[in-house]
Amino acid sequence: MSNIGSYEDRLKNFSWSIAEKELGYNPGDTINIGWYCTDRICQMGKADKTALIWEGREEDNMRKYTFNDLRILTNTFGTFLRKVGISDGDRVCLFMDKAPELYIGFLSILKIGAVAQPLFSAFGDESLFVRLENAGTKAIITSRKHASKVQKILDRLPDLEYIIVVDDDGKKALKNKEIAFSLDQATPVDQFEIFPTKAESNSVLHYTSGTTGQPKGVKHVHYSLISQYLTAKWVLDLQDDDIYWCTADPGWVTGTSYGIIGAWSLGITQCVKDSGFAAETWYRFIEKHKITMWYSAPTAIRSLMKAGDEVIKQFDHSSLRHLASVGEPLNAEAVVWSQKVFGLPFLDTYWQTETGSMMITNYPGMKIRPGSMGKPFPGLTCALLDPDTYEPIHETNKPGLIAFQFDWPARMRTYWNNQETFEKKFKNGWYITGDRSTIDKDGYFWFIGRDDDVINTGGHLVSPFEVESALLEHEAVAESAVVSKPDDINMEVVKAFVTLKPGFVASQELELEIMNFIRKKLSPLAMPQEIEYIDLLPKTRSGKIMRRVLHAKEWGEEIGDISTLEND
Amino acid sequence: MPDINEMKAAILKYVVNEYAEDDDDVTYDTPLISGGLVDSFSMVSLKRFLEVKYKISIPDERATPEAFDNVTKIANLVLEYL
Repeated sequence: MSNIGSYEDRLKNFSWSIAEKELGYNPGDTINIGWYCTDRICQMGKADKTALIWEGREEDNMRKYTFNDLRILTNTFGTFLRKVGISDGDRVCLFMDKAPELYIGFLSILKIGAVAQPLFSAFGDESLFVRLENAGTKAIITSRKHASKVQKILDRLPDLEYIIVVDDDGKKALKNKEIAFSLDQATPVDQFEIFPTKAESNSVLHYTSGTTGQPKGVKHVHYSLISQYLTAKWVLDLQDDDIYWCTADPGWVTGTSYGIIGAWSLGITQCVKDSGFAAETWYRFIEKHKITMWYSAPTAIRSLMKAGDEVIKQFDHSSLRHLASVGEPLNAEAVVWSQKVFGLPFLDTYWQTETGSMMITNYPGMKIRPGSMGKPFPGLTCALLDPDTYEPIHETNKPGLIAFQFDWPARMRTYWNNQETFEKKFKNGWYITGDRSTIDKDGYFWFIGRDDDVINTGGHLVSPFEVESALLEHEAVAESAVVSKPDDINMEVVKAFVTLKPGFVASQELELEIMNFIRKKLSPLAMPQEIEYIDLLPKTRSGKIMRRVLHAKEWGEEIGDISTLEND
Repeated sequence: MPDINEMKAAILKYVVNEYAEDDDDVTYDTPLISGGLVDSFSMVSLKRFLEVKYKISIPDERATPEAFDNVTKIANLVLEYL
């Protein structure tokens, strides 16, 4: 029996108080995610249950932590952070690979009432800089490997006081503002006063990209736990004896909402593999740890499909009982494939950094329509809006903007230092996601695409504006325009059109140089996978670059109205 | 045709310069993709480097994470297209 039981019945009798009661929370109480994921689970008699099975790049590099270990280690790390001078409300960035310290550090930050700001460790120094500067980050927790990126931008970050290095081996001298901290060597702290955060106390700051301007810091609060707990229970169907694997990096929202909070607030054992993608490595990991619930992404699923079915047969995946996917639309072929090879379909889940928890999903026990996003989670008021009037569309199969009434617990509270952009997300009282879909006659949602120029590559949003700006910093580039182009694995990838400055000649060598320039400055996922040299960019008569003309060319679509095109 | 050892040395040098951090100890057999040193997005730039340097074209279906997982495998793949 699944946790949700009947989706239809849940719709009739839904209230978020279901989660509040199960968590023992009453409105007005203190609510601290760090406590709920550690101390509370121990108090429920699961102190000796395994919370985390962590495996490094080498298979034999493995560690296990019980919930009591988590409790003590987060107390220990939290004590250190307090002694350093970090207190409630301070922003503390986590910038490292998927080491145990990342997960423990995250909960420690929350336990002291500070704000966790996880950032993807592959970010280049410029991407790191704009996010730390915007947040006014006070401390960054990182590893030796990534500390050098922080040092490069340190002079431009007056608010950054501490660089906490969690794996310092003493072989190299610590640099400016660096402090070494070792969880293994620190004195364990059993008793710890957790900061009494309330429902609306800030918890997590995740950065996401928009069409224009710099990345936006999406502010979440401790009350988000209510949504994350219940969606993890009903959609991921996490049950007490599950071994759960969420492949997302905590640098992105899935990695925290469901790679930390959802699972551990339910007292579930979860596995982490700190390595890159390889089909054989992943299949072996599932076999070895007898994973039962697997939450991954379409890009990874399509990569596994590409690796072929022969490699699957080498491993035993009979432990798997439930699969789900997130990040970008899950194509029907991937659902059919997983049904064929695992005997289970991947269930698509749709949500955003801003929503904090799942919004439109497929549910255990509900009839799956491959390629569909599923149906809204109980308690949510969802509609498709007409893009011109922002009024709800009532006809079936008519495209519209996906919108929600802004009233679920895990919704963002604002964009950090950017209330103006936050307010622009609303029309006629609806929160506008920026995504488009249709609804069929049975209420299933079918994703169409973004309603703006933001590029969703492998489940990660990339701002064309940010890449264009970075391209202009290369000495050879005079002008740039960035759009998406189709990709079999990542759904879409970044493509750049550039004009060159006088004295520079188009060549493959220059293309590679520019690609690497962006990779290091921003991130690998922002790196154009192709650069096309062009004599003139399409512009309006007022000089604005018409990205949609280039986008249409890449996707083989109609260009549409080009009456304002200057150089046609 | 380039010597395989020279090719491996050139590819290793490029990988170390472009993708490795200060403390990474990269050898011919270090797992690059499964080890997380080179991610799937960066693999595109590594493929482009090989194509530019050796004036070859590697089909996308051969540019798999497995084929790019260490310098030795990459050099063997390049040899097929020289």
